[in-house]
Amino acid sequence: MRELRVTPIKNGTVIDHIPAGMALKVLKVLGIDEAVTSTVTVAMHVPSKAMGWKDIVKVEDRELSPREVDKIALIAPRASVNVIRNYNVAEKHVVRLPDRAVGILRCGNPNCITNLREPVETDFLVLRGEPPRVACRYCDRIVEDVAAAIV
Amino acid sequence: MASWKGRDILSIRDFSRGDMEVVLKHARKMAPFAEGQKSSQTLEGKILANLFFEPSTRTRLSFESAMIRLGGRVLGFSSVEGTSVQKGETLADTVRMVEGYADAIVLRHPHEGAARLAAEFTERPVINGGDGAGQHPTQTLQDLYTIWDEKGKIEGLSIALVGDLKYGRTAHSLAHALAGFGTSLSFVSPPGLEMPWEIIEEVKKSGTAVSTTHRLEDVVPVADVLYVTRIQRERFPDPQEYERVAGSYRVDLPLLREAKKDLILLHPLPRTTEIDPVVDRTPYAKYFRQAFNAVPVRMALLEMILGVGG
Repeated sequence: MRELRVTPIKNGTVIDHIPAGMALKVLKVLGIDEAVTSTVTVAMHVPSKAMGWKDIVKVEDRELSPREVDKIALIAPRASVNVIRNYNVAEKHVVRLPDRAVGILRCGNPNCITNLREPVETDFLVLRGEPPRVACRYCDRIVEDVAAAIV
Repeated sequence: MASWKGRDILSIRDFSRGDMEVVLKHARKMAPFAEGQKSSQTLEGKILANLFFEPSTRTRLSFESAMIRLGGRVLGFSSVEGTSVQKGETLADTVRMVEGYADAIVLRHPHEGAARLAAEFTERPVINGGDGAGQHPTQTLQDLYTIWDEKGKIEGLSIALVGDLKYGRTAHSLAHALAGFGTSLSFVSPPGLEMPWEIIEEVKKSGTAVSTTHRLEDVVPVADVLYVTRIQRERFPDPQEYERVAGSYRVDLPLLREAKKDLILLHPLPRTTEIDPVVDRTPYAKYFRQAFNAVPVRMALLEMILGVGG
């Protein structure tokens, strides 16, 4: 009997071409934790023609906001985000690495003014590269582990 | 930079070489006024707010002197004691309040990025007077001015930065500023306190010749400028190790025997043991002149951002 490793979903989002090993970080940025109420399928270390190995995350009954897509771009700059409606791919987007990351990261410098009780959003310049890094526009600190800084 | 009026002075990174040269030339014109030989009232009726969230003698007094020399007035505080900051007021609110009382703001703050944040909440120009371990652009302009004023040029000079280059923000900013001027730079530091590689790479990219060494004796015979910074005791877990390292980076008369006749010796001050006080009496010692230069440089910047002189 032929068994599919990952079954198709009716409605929701498929995030494909995630760098191998980053799927759990994608779950983290999407806020998917033990309180999840819809089905989430995670495939890790899947053979890929383009990437060698990749991860895939399928989230049922949820479509991502542009802000969430920006967060994914920071940790998986070559990911594709497919919106599934009634088993069909309704929209297909390749994520785009933003030039700025506003309000989605926390500065790793404890002495940065953005870590105080000031009424501002954090603001980072995105430095291209594999993996991308970001630089705080306030304190100039370069954040290497972007996934860990996502709020 | 098309117009200086209303411009914030937040980071030396915001300055092109052309911008820096404009400041240097304007500062030279200010020197006789800073020395009290001539008097000026160009900033009469203007008010500068000095907001010092942590103590600083040099920066605060030199801004006050610059403003008063130009006929302006100064208000502000030199510590947060007794201010509404102690009641929990945010920096954003403090700045919006002060905006109503002054034409420009100088901010010294213990947290990095504070000046940039302040600038976002006010239309008044903000000058960063040092934010934590971050930027202190007027110090850098004062250092550049001293080199230019003493040597008559910056291009082509051999400049050595000495001391704790890993953590020393004045050395980082000066290296960045010098990168555009066609100098050759030497970085002299104890092992473990070397200039961060990002800064070395950035400076090299500009076409500047860069060398690094742990031995001060290597650079003294060839240097036109020796810029000495403090090696802080707290960087060393072992006090004996600190004594040994600090001792080997001390500028004294025997070391200077090998120096060029017209070498200039700079230090952002305060110093501890890096420069032997007997060196103060030699023609090399320019660090007190450098401290004085804070005034003409800040006079120039105040005139420029307040839209007078220029």
